[in-house]
Amino acid sequence: MNRREALARLFAITGTLAVGGELFLSGCRAPEAEKRTVAFSAADIALLDEIAETIIPATDTPGAKAAKVGPFMAMTAHDCYDDASYASLRGGLTKIDAASRKHHGKTFMDSTPPERTALLNELDAEQRTSTLNRTAGEPPHYFRLMKELTLIGYFSSEIGCTKALRYVESPGSYDGNVPYSKGDRAWYNPSRRIG
Amino acid sequence: MPSQQYDAIVVGSGITGGLAAKELCERGLKVLMLERGRNVEHVKDYVNATKAPWELAHRGMTARKYAIEYPQLRKARLLWEPVAEFFADEQDCPYVETKPFDWVRGYQVGGRSLTWGRLCLRWSDVDFEANAIEGVGTDWPIRYKDLAPWYDQVERFAGVSGTNEGIPHLPDGQFLPPMHLNVVEQSVAARIKEHWKGQRHLIIGRTANLTQQHDGRGACQYRDKCVMGCPFGAYFSTQSATLPAAMKTGNLTLRPFSIARRVLYDRNTRRATGVEIVDAETNKTYEFTAQVVFVCASTFNSTWLLMNSATDVWPGGLGSSSGELGHNAMDHHGRVGASGLVDGFDDKYVYGRRPTGFYVPRFANLGDDRRGYVRGFAYQGSANRQEWNRDIAELGIGAPMKEALREPGPWNIGFTGFGETLPYHDNRTYLDTQTKDKWGLPVLAFACEIRDNEKSMRKDMMADAAEMLTAAGVKNVKENDDGYTFGRTVHEMGTARMGTDPKSSVLNGNNQVWDAMNVFVTDGACMASSGCVNPSLTYMALTARAVDFAVNELKRKNL
Repeated sequence: MNRREALARLFAITGTLAVGGELFLSGCRAPEAEKRTVAFSAADIALLDEIAETIIPATDTPGAKAAKVGPFMAMTAHDCYDDASYASLRGGLTKIDAASRKHHGKTFMDSTPPERTALLNELDAEQRTSTLNRTAGEPPHYFRLMKELTLIGYFSSEIGCTKALRYVESPGSYDGNVPYSKGDRAWYNPSRRIG
Repeated sequence: MPSQQYDAIVVGSGITGGLAAKELCERGLKVLMLERGRNVEHVKDYVNATKAPWELAHRGMTARKYAIEYPQLRKARLLWEPVAEFFADEQDCPYVETKPFDWVRGYQVGGRSLTWGRLCLRWSDVDFEANAIEGVGTDWPIRYKDLAPWYDQVERFAGVSGTNEGIPHLPDGQFLPPMHLNVVEQSVAARIKEHWKGQRHLIIGRTANLTQQHDGRGACQYRDKCVMGCPFGAYFSTQSATLPAAMKTGNLTLRPFSIARRVLYDRNTRRATGVEIVDAETNKTYEFTAQVVFVCASTFNSTWLLMNSATDVWPGGLGSSSGELGHNAMDHHGRVGASGLVDGFDDKYVYGRRPTGFYVPRFANLGDDRRGYVRGFAYQGSANRQEWNRDIAELGIGAPMKEALREPGPWNIGFTGFGETLPYHDNRTYLDTQTKDKWGLPVLAFACEIRDNEKSMRKDMMADAAEMLTAAGVKNVKENDDGYTFGRTVHEMGTARMGTDPKSSVLNGNNQVWDAMNVFVTDGACMASSGCVNPSLTYMALTARAVDFAVNELKRKNL
């Protein structure tokens, strides 16, 4: 099964482009040597924080920046990604600024929140098309990786688990027929296997 | 060379080794239990079990370091950082794939009893008689009635929750109160029952998770983090159940870091005299003697130990006289099924994290349901509302997406199949003397593959799952075949099969090695067919039965 078939299969299973699918499928690729030559700088992490905050902004609950998603993205990309995904994500930091300059004539950091949102919505559409048409061996689109890491980092954080979602360490019982009203928060499931 | 005398030696400390040790100790024997890996202390060594999600090093992602250390586990898609250290060190313990093979091993006290799936299902005579009826492989030397009382005993001890359903080919048992199907699963179960006029069933998993306190062990708290180890001892493992029971007798000596290298054999008495081990930490060799040896090292490692116990009397290994040692390897072929979305329950949700799913017992090739292949398959699955990781294309990024993902998504339900694999003589494992492990011991090579019968069955496993979901009103039903590599289901069986004839089997009907009657093999190696039913409970029943036989024979001085 090549990568594209594998992706198509995953969509068939879940009916969606599930987050974490990319990481799951990276199991098809061989890992590389241990060392990472290029690390994330403080400026990189600040940029990742702002990207994450644009993807998951503060509303009546804290956003991605409060949940320290930027440092999480840098840490997990460094520790968990294969070289191709790592290079894609890192390259994305430059590409985002280039795209921002093209659209708004300034860097991402210098852009207003509405400008940032507009740009990232475009990049989200771009990554969606790119993911669906990707061929075997091609690294994932950088913005797909950024979005995935943002969602994982946010919802698995203490803020994500306890403020955005609900989490009970030891439920103590199971009830498979609980009334649900629109607006009730989803549970965080700690057994989710990602990557 | 130090030597020590015991009444019995048990090689391996997993589901069967732990049970053998417990049963032998409770019958008054002085027992040495050998475990090749490290000790894992109950609760204390469950290092991730009580961490909050945000306290896990990579929050459920897996570092590259583990991908490099555990390439096989990764290939089998079972690598997960929070539990990686409950699996064998693949650098120290390589194996050879003559054909693609996933061998998932747990080298520590407790073995894979720490990480198993916990379904406890009885086999029936549909399984035990199939080889004889079809002329496939060799006949089982036992029938359901021989195991029934032992199923009773091990279920009562282990604590199995479930429902009695009166399904002839999935016999009822001694169950604790069941866990429950959720509202969507109940709906799907009812519609399947109606559509197939009671001939197909969807039932709650019969699982070794306690629904109430049991023998001093705590009840399940519905955390669904079993594989990280349970601080309440609420699922059956060596640590939670058999090891404390064995220790309580004062008759058990547990020796971690002890790699059983060979079973010592006396050509004059044609009996084993004990076991030689390599201390995994010091590389020193020790000999321990005993009247009886239980080999419970996990399916292929038990066979490895017999093979590596070759003498000039038995150059192919102890138990090799039939020529079947290492042959007839089996697994359940799986990772094929279907899934879809369920409408009409948007006002329903769940509380708690149930650590089991549902089970759809076999229906193919039973009664009037005849197929173009032999044997059958079962399904496991569950229904849940989708979580934050679902992707909603039209929402893009930002506050609308965030708010949408804070709510549960649509209900999703999936079936995944477990199919019977026939015992093919050519599916085998053998010693590769060119490849050595860290201790200079030869490793196993595997040459196994599924064949036409299994490949035909897989088409039905996918199509029937889709058909049942569709009949139950499930929408957007998608079939899936995620690909199967031999061993991947981690239900490996065979390679030292039981039988009625020493010319065609390695073990007799009491799990004794024909060629050395005081050596018993009671783990998955002994299986003469694979059924499609999860096998661990059957290994346990066989173990308890074999221990009873062995102890009685020792008393009669027949061993």
